[in-house]
Amino acid sequence: MSTPNVSSVATADEATAPRSNPFRSLNFSARFWVALGFVVLVLLLGVAGYFYPTSSSEKVGSLYDPPGNGLLFGTDNFGHDVLAVLMAGTRTSLVIGLVAGIIATTIGVAIGLLAGYVGGWLEELLMGITNVVLAIPSIIVLILISISLPKSTMWSLAVVIGITSWPWTARAVRAQASSVATREHIDVARLSGARLGGILVRDVLPYILSYAVMAFVLQVSGAILAEAALSMLGLGPAGADSLGTQLHWALAFQAVASGAWWAFLPPTIVLTLVSFGFLLLQASLDEVFNPRLRRGKRKQMKQTQARRLAEAQAAAATRPVGGERAGVGAGRARTAHEGGRS
Amino acid sequence: MKLGQYIARKTVWYVVALVAAVSLNFLLPRLVPGNPVDVIVSNLARGGAVNGEQQKQIYEGFVQQFGLNAPLWQQFLTYLGKVFSGDLGTSFASYPTSVNSLLGQALPWSIAVQLPAIVIGWVLGNVVGAVAAFRGGNWDRSVFTSSLFLSAMPYYCLSILLLYGLAVVAGIFPVGGAYSLGNSPAFSLDFVTDALQYYWLPFLSLVIVFIGGQAVGMRSMAIYELGGDYVNYGRAMGIGDNRITRYIFRNAMLPQITGLALSIGTLVSGALITELVFNYPGVGTLLFNAISQNDYPVIQAITLIITLAVLAANFLVEIVYGIVDPRIRAAASGER
Repeated sequence: MSTPNVSSVATADEATAPRSNPFRSLNFSARFWVALGFVVLVLLLGVAGYFYPTSSSEKVGSLYDPPGNGLLFGTDNFGHDVLAVLMAGTRTSLVIGLVAGIIATTIGVAIGLLAGYVGGWLEELLMGITNVVLAIPSIIVLILISISLPKSTMWSLAVVIGITSWPWTARAVRAQASSVATREHIDVARLSGARLGGILVRDVLPYILSYAVMAFVLQVSGAILAEAALSMLGLGPAGADSLGTQLHWALAFQAVASGAWWAFLPPTIVLTLVSFGFLLLQASLDEVFNPRLRRGKRKQMKQTQARRLAEAQAAAATRPVGGERAGVGAGRARTAHEGGRS
Repeated sequence: MKLGQYIARKTVWYVVALVAAVSLNFLLPRLVPGNPVDVIVSNLARGGAVNGEQQKQIYEGFVQQFGLNAPLWQQFLTYLGKVFSGDLGTSFASYPTSVNSLLGQALPWSIAVQLPAIVIGWVLGNVVGAVAAFRGGNWDRSVFTSSLFLSAMPYYCLSILLLYGLAVVAGIFPVGGAYSLGNSPAFSLDFVTDALQYYWLPFLSLVIVFIGGQAVGMRSMAIYELGGDYVNYGRAMGIGDNRITRYIFRNAMLPQITGLALSIGTLVSGALITELVFNYPGVGTLLFNAISQNDYPVIQAITLIITLAVLAANFLVEIVYGIVDPRIRAAASGER
């Protein structure tokens, strides 16, 4: 996130909020640092694999050797070092998440921008397609495509996950883009003869960027989880370790029932860290980009007793705007709200 | 926008979605280079599960069933005809069992574990979320953080942790399966009490995640409503807290009810991997086995049923919403 962009978001808020110090919004909350800590931990784990002496496909023991003997997490069902497999798997999962996240966010932002800015029949068409894709459960499409592929690699999986998970980003971006499209500076750009592409990239995109960043964060974790689900169903990347395939083999070889906790707990914990860390990161970014949310939080913490009063005051000062909530919900709670307030 | 117009428009889009979904279901496997039957039959041969004669029978059966020699459009029509008459084909892995009967065995298990989990989780989650929003303070913060954590955790991770903690380490529940060895499904008291012991773990793992998700949603909706203009207005008018709470609750419930309906739509697909973890004989386990055996008719049937359920639930929700809330109709036509 570049600085001019953050301040532009803040200035946009200034118009509606009485508060007028744009740099206040750069105060990251404690929650942000915790979330960032989780994410960095997972990243480090993935990178550490490059420096770890044992290869993930090297046989160092027999079936489910318990931790010890220089092996921090013992061995898995193939006799591989669980820690080595975990690091390789984390890396694969992160790569899949990043690639899929980039693809999904790019498609989603492009379609959302175009639909929201241009409007008319193009918007109808693009949103129609988006809604159709949204209505078909993506896990089903993922399963069907994975079965149809002769052999799935981590790259093909990443692309497949990417091209099936853009719709909700497109919808959120469209809502933002159509509100930006009515602002004065767009008219100025249009009158000065800027082209459609130029206006979209230079005049509309900056206002969307904070949403795009948050959407990207969630897309990455969503893709990692989607890969894990597919792999556990037996559709994982061939010849590569991922967090999902690690769990797949652990389940297939009865690691849980036989009490070999070292074989299944590490990937389970890393997946949880990924999921929770990225969601928390998105939520705290939301607070950074949306100062109003944070102010509400702070009051909540400090004035427990006078909470209702504070809430009423805050509401009187800043009327909640519809768009404020568009970026917030994207976890499982999102589906619950979309029907209601989209 | 008039109600009729709104419904007509939604219907058109959902028909498009249905056609797209069914076509995907039909087309995707056929985009594979080579004949899918060859792959399946050669896989069967490699596994040694069937002899040459059976193999030939299966091959011919499949070619005939789906009319693979006919042009694609004709195949599609045949496929549609079969699907609409309720015939989902014949399984390969357990030839000649029909897919219908396989699904018939698996579906009740999935529904039995999901439906109570969704309904109970929904009720508890909404209560927890609403109380957290109204009470605020530390209570709210701890509930919110733990709910967020639970709802963010992949549901299969929680399943694995519960299975290990409660069944393997603590030994409270049996490890995996749906009933004791030697028992077989029947509507007897003996069987039901036996099955109930195996039921708790999958149920718990689903319900806990669901409570978390619902509580997060309800809390944020209630807080959002607390800041609404009508609340301030009501307070200024001196309306009692109880009545305001009732208004807030009613407005915050609307999206939650949508959530309930949509979750019921994912009844079949919501627990795919939970079933795998617990080795529960539902649709998830059926799908897993079908995938590992390249049992294409079964996979196709499961994906179709899940899609139909989700589409139907979405459609019903949108229609009901259009009737209940005129703002939605206005938004759909861009009048807002």
